[in-house]
Amino acid sequence: MNETRHHVTLTVNGVLREATVPGRRLLSDCLRHDLGLTGTHVGCEHGVCGACTVLLDGEPVRSCLTFAVTVDGHEITTVEGLARDGELSPVQRAFTECHALQCGFCTPGFLCTVTAFLRDNPVPTEEEALEAVAGNLCRCTGYQNILKAVHRAAELQAELHAEEDR
Amino acid sequence: MKPPPFVYHGPATLGEALDVLAEAGPGGKVLAGGQSLIPLLNMRLAAPAHIVDVNRVPGLEGIEAGPPGVRVGALARHAAVERSPGAAAAQPLLRQALRLVAHPVIRNRGTVVGSLVHADPAAEMPAVLALLGGSVRLASRGGEREVPAAEFFTGPMESALRPGELALSAFFPALPPRSGTAFHEVARRHGDYAVAGVAAAVTLDEDLRVAAARVACVSVGPVPVVLDVTAACGPRPAASIKWEAVAEAVRDRIDPEGDIHATADYRRHLAGVLAARALRDAASAARGEES
Repeated sequence: MNETRHHVTLTVNGVLREATVPGRRLLSDCLRHDLGLTGTHVGCEHGVCGACTVLLDGEPVRSCLTFAVTVDGHEITTVEGLARDGELSPVQRAFTECHALQCGFCTPGFLCTVTAFLRDNPVPTEEEALEAVAGNLCRCTGYQNILKAVHRAAELQAELHAEEDR
Repeated sequence: MKPPPFVYHGPATLGEALDVLAEAGPGGKVLAGGQSLIPLLNMRLAAPAHIVDVNRVPGLEGIEAGPPGVRVGALARHAAVERSPGAAAAQPLLRQALRLVAHPVIRNRGTVVGSLVHADPAAEMPAVLALLGGSVRLASRGGEREVPAAEFFTGPMESALRPGELALSAFFPALPPRSGTAFHEVARRHGDYAVAGVAAAVTLDEDLRVAAARVACVSVGPVPVVLDVTAACGPRPAASIKWEAVAEAVRDRIDPEGDIHATADYRRHLAGVLAARALRDAASAARGEES
């Protein structure tokens, strides 16, 4: 079958990117193979593991359950877009500090999920933090340090906002 | 784990979408949120010849809430309906059930109407529509029709949607005054499909006796199983009802099947336990108490 290809324009991490893809190209594969952004990891490819989570117009979604052509014209933030001016984001720093990763495979998905979660809920309860990361699988850490990192990231983010306000 | 090839259509208007669906016939499949469809494609359990992506069709994302109930458009995401204060006020069962649908990230993309059309007997949204006696509005090039929930779910993963039709919206009716609802389920892991689940709606009369009590059970039959348990409650004040005894009526009237996740007996047991919990909470809510 000779597949029709579609031209898509995405704003990825603030940069306008273009690709020509078949209709069945998953956003995860478009990011990795067409745009060379391999920070987004592909685990289960049916929406269970959460490793491929990216931000679509600011909201976390599974890039393996989204076609690239569907999100033509939209804004995508991947793990590569979380750091600012060479500085790790509060969520990234908290994951490092709290040892919230070991092999790192699941980490890009956790970072994107938690970044959006703390933007919407800057001071989460234990239960809310647990619910927020419940859709992402980690086979190394046992999750306890990831939960610690969510709360540490909330603190770091608050400090950062306080500094910016000064 | 890649989708099979298909012809992609991205119509910009409803008319265009219906034209494409009409021409595609049985080989056409609508893509809205894709959170059930794309896993099926990735695992090659489905291979439609044509995908009709309605994400660019304007006017389908509406959530209209009012005294009669809540009408949810084809592109209204689970998360949007869950967060809608109007929807929660008009029909609280929507938010109660949506919190049990997969995970927040999936709900950002998945749609309520998509969950209905997918018609998974283990899913929450079909049970909610069936319990409330709601309906789904279907459009085709020939016109529109409104299909009641009782006729919409025809089998596991099967609905009354015909080739060439697009589910435009779903209507979730409000309940009378002095009504309450609840949804309880048991899943092996948080966010998984339920091994068993029960949605309940209880309406009280002016003397706070049970005027109507119904449950919809998930994962215990090929479609959501709606049971009227008003008679089992008897003409007693809601506060003195033994809900475990009412739950026996639920256990007796369902015929679950066993599979790799649970035996039929375990499902029957769970449905009873969950029915008692859901009915008790729904009755408390009907009396205006926090459950």
